[in-house]
Amino acid sequence: MKIYNAKPILIGLAIFIGLATFPLWFNMGKAAPPPDPKLDTPVIQRMAVKQCIMPKDQMRTEHMQLLNDWRTEVVRNNNRIYTASDGKQYNMSLQNECMNCHSNKSQFCDQCHIYAGLQADATPYCWTCHIAPKENK
Amino acid sequence: MESSRRNFMKIGGACALGLGALPIVKAYAKNEKPQVAPDSKALVATKWAMVIDMKKCWEKGKPGCKDCLLACHSVHNVPEIKTIKEEIKWIWNEQYEHAFPGQENHFLPEEIRQKPFIVLCNHCTNPPCVRVCPTKATFKRKDGITMMDYHRCIGCRYCMAGCPYGARSFNFRDPRPYIQTELNMTYPTRERGVVEKCSFCDERLAVGLLPACVEACKCGALCFGDIEDPNSEVRKLLASRFTIRRKPELGTQPSVYYIV
Ligand code: HEC
Ligand code: HEC
Ligand code: HEC
Repeated sequence: MKIYNAKPILIGLAIFIGLATFPLWFNMGKAAPPPDPKLDTPVIQRMAVKQCIMPKDQMRTEHMQLLNDWRTEVVRNNNRIYTASDGKQYNMSLQNECMNCHSNKSQFCDQCHIYAGLQADATPYCWTCHIAPKENK
Repeated sequence: MESSRRNFMKIGGACALGLGALPIVKAYAKNEKPQVAPDSKALVATKWAMVIDMKKCWEKGKPGCKDCLLACHSVHNVPEIKTIKEEIKWIWNEQYEHAFPGQENHFLPEEIRQKPFIVLCNHCTNPPCVRVCPTKATFKRKDGITMMDYHRCIGCRYCMAGCPYGARSFNFRDPRPYIQTELNMTYPTRERGVVEKCSFCDERLAVGLLPACVEACKCGALCFGDIEDPNSEVRKLLASRFTIRRKPELGTQPSVYYIV
C-alpha cells in the first residue's frame, strides 16, 4: 500500500491526535482531590451524637431536595417545624438551622460544590440573598 | 385473549379490594415519613388586619418619630437607596393627599394636610398584585397575608404596575451595599432583580411575635390583630372609632385601617 503525500498527512495526523487528546494528558496526574467537608464547627463538636437531619448518605444525595421542600413548606405553607423520622425537631431554615451547625460554609458546603462544578461564584445561588455565616478565614 | 365473565368479575373484585386497602397503606407509609407543622408558639388568625391611629402617632409620638419604619427596615435588612426610582420601602411616610387621593379638599385641618401618614402593604382581600403575577410568586395566604415568595419572583414587575398603593419596590441593583442598619443575620436580604414588600412580618408571627413596627411603636398607635375575631383589639377599635382605608373605590378591600 502506498500513501500519497505521506509526510504531511502523518504530521497532520500526529498534530490532530495530540490536540484531540489534549484534555487527557494535560490533566494527567493532577486529579482533583476528592472533597473533604469539615465537621469541626463549635456546634457540631458539642453534639453528643454527631448526626445530621437524615442519615449521612441520604444527606449527601438529598440535601438539595430537603432544602427545596423546607423552602416550600415555610414560605408557601407556613410550616416551620420539621420532625425528622427519628422524632427530632428542627426549625426549617437554611440560615438558622443548617448553617447554625455547619457554620463553616467555605470548608463544608463549598468544598463539595466546587468539586462538583456548581457555579463557583454562586455555590449555589442561595447566598445572594441568604446570609452566609461569618467565618474567620 | 378469551376470558369468561366469571374471570372478569374475579379480577374486578380483586382490584376493588386493592383500592380499598390504599388508605391503610398510605396511613402506614405516613408514619415513617418526616412531618412538618407550624410552631406551637405561632400567632394565628382567620384574617390579619392593622389599625393605625394617626392621631395617637402625632400627639403622643416625639416629633419626626420613625421608630416603626426603622424597626421594620432593620429587621428585614431593607437597603436605603436615596433615589425615588430605586428606593426600597416596606413601610414609609406619605402625605395625606398622596395616601388618600380623592378624599382631600382645600380646607382640611393643617395637621391632616401636613403631617406624615404611615403607609405599608395593605394586604388587600382582593389584591391586584396577586392577580397579575405570572409565576404565583406573590400569593394570598389563608390568614389574609399577601405573601411574597422571593424564590419564584422573576422580576417582571407586573405586581408593581398592579398595586395601586406603591407598596412594592424593585431591586434595580444589589441591595447589600446599601443596607445601613446592622445586618439581621437571621433574615435573608434580597438580590438584584426581585420585587419586595411588607409581609406583615410572617416570620415573626410564626414564632409568636407581633410585627416589628407594632412592637416598636411606643405610643401604641399601631394595632394588629384578627379582624374576624369580634373580641380582638382591632375589632374594638373599628367598632368604636371612625376609620378610613386607602383608595376604597378600587375594591381591593385593604386590611389596613386609619383613624384620623
Ligand atoms: C444539629 C446539627 C446539624 C444540622 C441542623 C444540620 N447538620 Fe448536616 N451534618 C451534621 C453532622 C454532625 C453531620 C455528620 C454526620 C455523620 O458523619 O454521620 C452532617 C452531615 C451533613 C452532610 C454530609 C456530609 C458528608 O461528609 O457527606 C451534608 C451534605 C449536610 N450535613 C448538609 C446539611 C444541610 C443542607 C442541613 C440543613 C438542611 C444540615 N446539614 C443541617 C450536623 C447538622
Ligand atoms: C458531600 C458533598 C456536599 C456537601 C457537604 C454539601 N453539598 Fe450541596 N450539593 C452537593 C452536590 C454534589 C450538589 C449538586 C447536585 C446536582 O447538581 O445534581 C449539591 C447541590 C446543592 C444545592 C442545589 C443547587 C442547585 O443549583 O440546584 C443546594 C441548595 C445545596 N447543595 C446546599 C448545600 C448546603 C447549604 C450545604 C452546607 C450546609 C451543602 N449543600 C453541602 C454536594 C454537597
Ligand atoms: C431572591 C432572594 C432569595 C434567594 C436567591 C433564595 N432565597 Fe430562600 N428565602 C428568601 C427570603 C426573603 C426568605 C424568607 C421568607 C420569609 O420568611 O418571609 C427565604 C426563606 C427560605 C427558607 C425558609 C426560611 C429560612 O429562614 O431559611 C428556605 C429553606 C430557603 N429560603 C432556602 C433557599 C435555598 C436552598 C436557596 C438557594 C437554592 C434560596 N433559598 C435562595 C430569599 C431568597
